[in-house]
Amino acid sequence: MARVILENVSKYFNEVIAVKDFSLEIEDKEFVVFVGPSGCGKTTTLRMIAGLEEITKGNIYIGDRLINRIPAKDRDIAMVFQNYALYPHMTVYQNLAFSLEMRKLSKKEIDERVKEAADLLEISELLHRKPKQLSGGQRQRVAVGRTIVRKPQVFLFDEPLSNLDAKLRVQMRGELKKLHERLSSTIIYVTHDQVEAMTMGDRIVVMKDGLIQQVGKPLDLYFHPINKFVAGFIGSPTMNFIETELIGSENRLFVQADGFRLRIPEERSRNLQNHVGKKITLGIRPQDLSKASAPVEGETIEALVEIIEPIGNEIYLDVKAGRDSLIASVDPKTRVIPHQKILLQANLENIHLFDPDDEKALL
Amino acid sequence: MQIQAEERGWLRLRNAFSTLMENRNFLGFLLVIPAEAILFIFLAYPFILGLWLGFTDTVIGRKGDFIGVGNYVSLLKDSTFWLVTYNTFLYTIVAVLFKAILGFVLAIILNRDFKAKGLVRAIILLPWIIPTALSAIVFWWLYDSTFSAISWSLIKMGLINHKIDFLGDPTNARISLIVANVWRGIPFFTIGLLAGLQTIDPTLYEAAAIDGAGSWKRFRRITLPLILPLLAVITTFSTIWTFGDFQLVWVITKGGPANATHLFGTLSFQRAIPGGHFGEGAAISNFILPILVLCVLISFKYLKRED
Amino acid sequence: MIESFWSKFFRFYVPLIIFVIFLLFPFYWMFNTSLKPMKELYNLKLNPFYVHQPTLENMKTLLFDTIFLRWMYNTFFVAILSTAISLGASLLAAYAIQRLKFKTSGPTGLAIFFGYLIPPTILFIPLATIIFDLRLWDSLWSLVLTYPTFLIPFCTWLLMGYFKSIPKEMEECAMIDGASRLRVFWRIVIPLCLPGIFSAGIFAFTLSWNEFLYALAFISTTESKTVPIGLVTELVRGDVYHWGPLMTGALLASVPVALVYSFFVEHYVAGLTGALKE
Repeated sequence: MARVILENVSKYFNEVIAVKDFSLEIEDKEFVVFVGPSGCGKTTTLRMIAGLEEITKGNIYIGDRLINRIPAKDRDIAMVFQNYALYPHMTVYQNLAFSLEMRKLSKKEIDERVKEAADLLEISELLHRKPKQLSGGQRQRVAVGRTIVRKPQVFLFDEPLSNLDAKLRVQMRGELKKLHERLSSTIIYVTHDQVEAMTMGDRIVVMKDGLIQQVGKPLDLYFHPINKFVAGFIGSPTMNFIETELIGSENRLFVQADGFRLRIPEERSRNLQNHVGKKITLGIRPQDLSKASAPVEGETIEALVEIIEPIGNEIYLDVKAGRDSLIASVDPKTRVIPHQKILLQANLENIHLFDPDDEKALL
Repeated sequence: MQIQAEERGWLRLRNAFSTLMENRNFLGFLLVIPAEAILFIFLAYPFILGLWLGFTDTVIGRKGDFIGVGNYVSLLKDSTFWLVTYNTFLYTIVAVLFKAILGFVLAIILNRDFKAKGLVRAIILLPWIIPTALSAIVFWWLYDSTFSAISWSLIKMGLINHKIDFLGDPTNARISLIVANVWRGIPFFTIGLLAGLQTIDPTLYEAAAIDGAGSWKRFRRITLPLILPLLAVITTFSTIWTFGDFQLVWVITKGGPANATHLFGTLSFQRAIPGGHFGEGAAISNFILPILVLCVLISFKYLKRED
Repeated sequence: MIESFWSKFFRFYVPLIIFVIFLLFPFYWMFNTSLKPMKELYNLKLNPFYVHQPTLENMKTLLFDTIFLRWMYNTFFVAILSTAISLGASLLAAYAIQRLKFKTSGPTGLAIFFGYLIPPTILFIPLATIIFDLRLWDSLWSLVLTYPTFLIPFCTWLLMGYFKSIPKEMEECAMIDGASRLRVFWRIVIPLCLPGIFSAGIFAFTLSWNEFLYALAFISTTESKTVPIGLVTELVRGDVYHWGPLMTGALLASVPVALVYSFFVEHYVAGLTGALKE
């Protein structure tokens, strides 16, 4: 088990910048998730750690070994691929044993380790099958099993759950998490699914266009996103963004939208003095909008219901307030019909404000 | 102590080597060496050498001298050469045309599900598989002036009253050779085009039928445009091979009667190997080059477009 | 789509049967002639389409009065060796070009492809001088060494198509598992490409079995000839054509390719169409 350190790592494909100045220290036994939309450089970063892509600039250390020039086969890492990459011409047993064979372990030791891993993942009965004869979930387990027999310094996962159906995905999520506790190993996990990132990671690295946007614990990212991108990427449904103007003075500041205005809590007003009279982007999560019974100046929003999406444990309302469209996640017992006027209570403690030019969060 | 140092040195060398073997450029370069060496010595070098030989008076067993365009000048003055040029173009154009049409027709016929599909496909490839020289012998025998089974049947049917002189008459000899060539070349077109036809999504035809297109319209507006790039590539290949053909002609007519069926390939062979005039032979076969270059450019264009 | 019996009959069965007869007739003729005794062959009164008194006389002449078996052996020798050489070289080259993507892999692949387009008719004269200089004239080795010039480009191109179909992750995974690139090639890529290697091998074998021009140009001793050359040059002496033994020879020499082909016809078709799609 080991720490992984990336120092100003960059990757260019000819002229195209895939990853830029990526710096991160991953602690021993930490579960770190790289998350971002496709093309954000998360997989490229993982592949550089694995030794599958050359590093254009910067350094990567595993343990205290600089590994820039060490070929993949000697890095002592294990990786689960998105399509599992099981060797189709080998049985499950041979698949699990392959890496140990490459390391010239004795037959007896290979056998012990394969059996142990198979037990752990409950695939002992499958050892003599070929990958073709396995279901998606079983393949997934074999792919994971292939990495744990190795007892490597670092585990790398490249979107391992994206080929599974929704139900299995939830189940495997829990199992991988348990596995991490059991193995107490360093894991770097790449996904484009923010739910996966939130539920699994000790720490999350949000990336976009080759740049790290924010690194932090799941709830830190949720409550304190550093910019509009992170705010929009984490959380579901996506945060509502509304172009507004900051008005008022001293301790009584408001964001003025087309159809409503919201009061800024006093303690936050102090830092916003420079923005008074300027455009500002308001961010508010659907969960921070609930149904109100009576209008309160600066706290409630009057809106027109357009679409109703019952999810079960909550209802999403697509509403229109003035020119702006909003989504509110309200209590499932709320009775509404389309085209109905509705009052929404905003949770002012949790509103986010962003500079419309550089999209950075204003606190 | 010294032994240890030596061992360490050896180990370092081995490590350096194994690291080098992980380098894509080094390993890639290493792995293509055998193929490139063989192709360089026996393909690229002779190709260049052939160009050079065309400018020399080399004869078998003796290094020749540079004589400039002498060979080409004398060829252009040689009426046999002009006849051979005519033959080669005629042979190529007519044979490729028929191969393409018949091969395409057969591919369309076969492009459906029926019981003996695999067997029929296998049978159809036979002319392509069996050594050409051997099937040429059969054609030679079928074209025999006295004992031809074709003449025999036609006379029995009352269609003709005397035997056809297949290989003795220039026109007949040319037709006979083209038939043999078409026979051998159909499978290549059929199997190639069939593979292309099978990649066409059948729902396209269904959609077109619902849109009111008849079978000719469907062929004209769906099949043909989709298959055209593949057809072009296959035709290019076939053109190169037919233009440079040798075996069929050599076995069946040896270029006769009166050079009426000589092609560039057979004429250059005759002048170079039995005749011993390597320089002149090379000059003749070099006339294949312009067509080759043209074909390569066309196929390159289509291959690129498919990427 | 729905079609009536008569429509199917005229648009499918009739043309198909005509094509099949046209394409198979020469083989029937080969077989038919090989069984005919000399006097029947030259008797114009008899219907030539049947064999009235089948005989193995031609077979006897071929096997005992000519060195047909020696020619068969020569052809085998050349075909096996040149196939082995070409397959080995092509495997390495195709892997390097398709999977390692080294710096000049694009141009290298293209150059090899163009090599395939150069017809032997252009090459045989300069090759003859090279063979002469290498003192390989009239030796089977001249064929073993020159056949790869058309086998390697073909096999390389065909194998590249197969290599392309293997997911890259499979190789990457093996590398992370601790295998060197060469070991990945040996343990993962080769086993996965066996069908492709088979079809390339079959192709190479039939192509070298069928080769005519180089064998005709470089070999002159009767004992060193390959089957096609031996039959065409040795069984025709002046104006005397030994049609019976000739047809028997053609038939027997076709058997090995036909056999190889019938066992692997699916690979063969896959290979041919695969190579075309590339």
